[in-house]
Amino acid sequence: MTEWWTYRLSDFLMFSARTYRRLFELYNAEVWPAHLAAAVLGVVLLAAAWRRHPPFAAATVGVLAVAWLWVAWAFHLQRYATINTAAPWFAAAFGLEAALLGGCALAGVRWRESTAHGARGRIGLGLLAFAVLGLPLLGATLGRPWTQAEVVGIAPDPTALATLGALLLLRDGDAAGSRGTWVGRLAWPLPILWCLISGATLWTMDAPEAPLLPLLAGLALVAARRSLSIERSSARSAG
Amino acid sequence: MLQLVLIRSTRREILQGLVVGCAAPWSTGVSAQGRPVGGVNAIPSSGETLPRVGLGTWITFNVGNDRVARDACADVMKAFFDLGGRLIDSSPMYGSSQPVVGDGLRRLGAAAKVFAADKVWVSSGARGAAQIEESRRHWNIERFDLLQVHNLLAWEEHLPTLFAMKQSGRLRYVGVTTSEGRRHREIEQVMRTQPLDFVQVTYNLLDREVEQRILPLARERNIAVIVNRPFREGALLRDLQRHRLPAWAAEIECSTWAQVGLKFIVSHPAVTCAIPATTSVAHVRENMAAAGGPMPDAAMRQRIIAYVDAL
Repeated sequence: MTEWWTYRLSDFLMFSARTYRRLFELYNAEVWPAHLAAAVLGVVLLAAAWRRHPPFAAATVGVLAVAWLWVAWAFHLQRYATINTAAPWFAAAFGLEAALLGGCALAGVRWRESTAHGARGRIGLGLLAFAVLGLPLLGATLGRPWTQAEVVGIAPDPTALATLGALLLLRDGDAAGSRGTWVGRLAWPLPILWCLISGATLWTMDAPEAPLLPLLAGLALVAARRSLSIERSSARSAG
Repeated sequence: MLQLVLIRSTRREILQGLVVGCAAPWSTGVSAQGRPVGGVNAIPSSGETLPRVGLGTWITFNVGNDRVARDACADVMKAFFDLGGRLIDSSPMYGSSQPVVGDGLRRLGAAAKVFAADKVWVSSGARGAAQIEESRRHWNIERFDLLQVHNLLAWEEHLPTLFAMKQSGRLRYVGVTTSEGRRHREIEQVMRTQPLDFVQVTYNLLDREVEQRILPLARERNIAVIVNRPFREGALLRDLQRHRLPAWAAEIECSTWAQVGLKFIVSHPAVTCAIPATTSVAHVRENMAAAGGPMPDAAMRQRIIAYVDAL
């Protein structure tokens, strides 16, 4: 692309806000009653994250992997691609994230100890809860119809945010044991990248909630980074 | 029945009025429904006339598989054709806009009415022909009237393909496009060196850079000019609508800012037509009304610019 510096973010928006919202409305109508299963799954994820029983760690990440795969196929490839030429690339990225999370689950991911670095745990749980319970309500609070609600496991935004929340609750770096170290770390960038892309899309559509997802992704990143620094510092002191 | 276009009498416009009388039945100033259409301008390379207002499809027609939205687009197209509109412009870059236009043409049985303007937009010249064929299938038409190299992307490779199509009768006109003032130096070079029929540029009440070199060059080289983004994707109108329409707008039979903006554009002697995009039938009517009636003369054009610049 020549003269790329002359392009504004809005130059890349190729559909109207109305068309974007209608996409969710039609998608929701077509996959209903998958929302009921997604809602139950969301509550189970939340309960698992709250209790943090060891066997549920891999199951939580496994469920999220399936959710990313579903969103890649059912949303990005089947629907979003009809109005956005970049959607097949988004589908590929969501497929890759599904593979990374699946790898994490198979590698034996573990919860962080609940007592360690409480802020990170609280933020993780908060993000997960907001993704499951808050984001579906957000549209309605902004005056949009319920039929356009974005539900975790079905829509990309709550799925990405729930994943960041879950990743905060899991041991990172060495979270999945020595075999899963690199997989666990690689699972972070794509949800963050999606939060930025979604925020930018909403921003160009003048949606009031546009800054929300990028800010929450930033919060997750800061919380993860801070706890890693504390852990390293503790390890040095102990050494 | 010939409807003489009511415009101020410059030599060029009188010639255009004469051309109207000699043109095809649906460009003689009467719509299929018998209602008068707005004014027309001649394509310099052929003398064929086009209504001064066309229909763009960027964003507005990219509605995917939404049946309700597709119905609304078909309604817009119906109103456009009923009011004598002809030129619809799209691109492979516009998502689902091409199939939505094709869907509308099929439903309205309007394939013979439309002046089909599309683009080739692929970085490889070798893939141009395949993309054009795919676009044609989306439109549900036998051939395009006009194909343009979108944003000058790989124009050196695509133009020979388009000229060859024109030579063999598979295309009527060839053009290039740019938008928002980009690559003007390069488009000038293409206009000077290639036998173009059309050039498409951005021109509106605020973005007037093309007045300096591109529009005079188009006149000099007998190249028709299509104007995109006449309202800066609506942002210009949203700004203008905060201000009351001045009383002098009535002198050129404008009742809205959109009509003032369109009349300003299509009254430039080099401009052939403007292509506002909309999802609203009411806006189509408003836009098409601006194609006819008295056009601003040079003094009125200056008055409009001075007024808008002062806001």
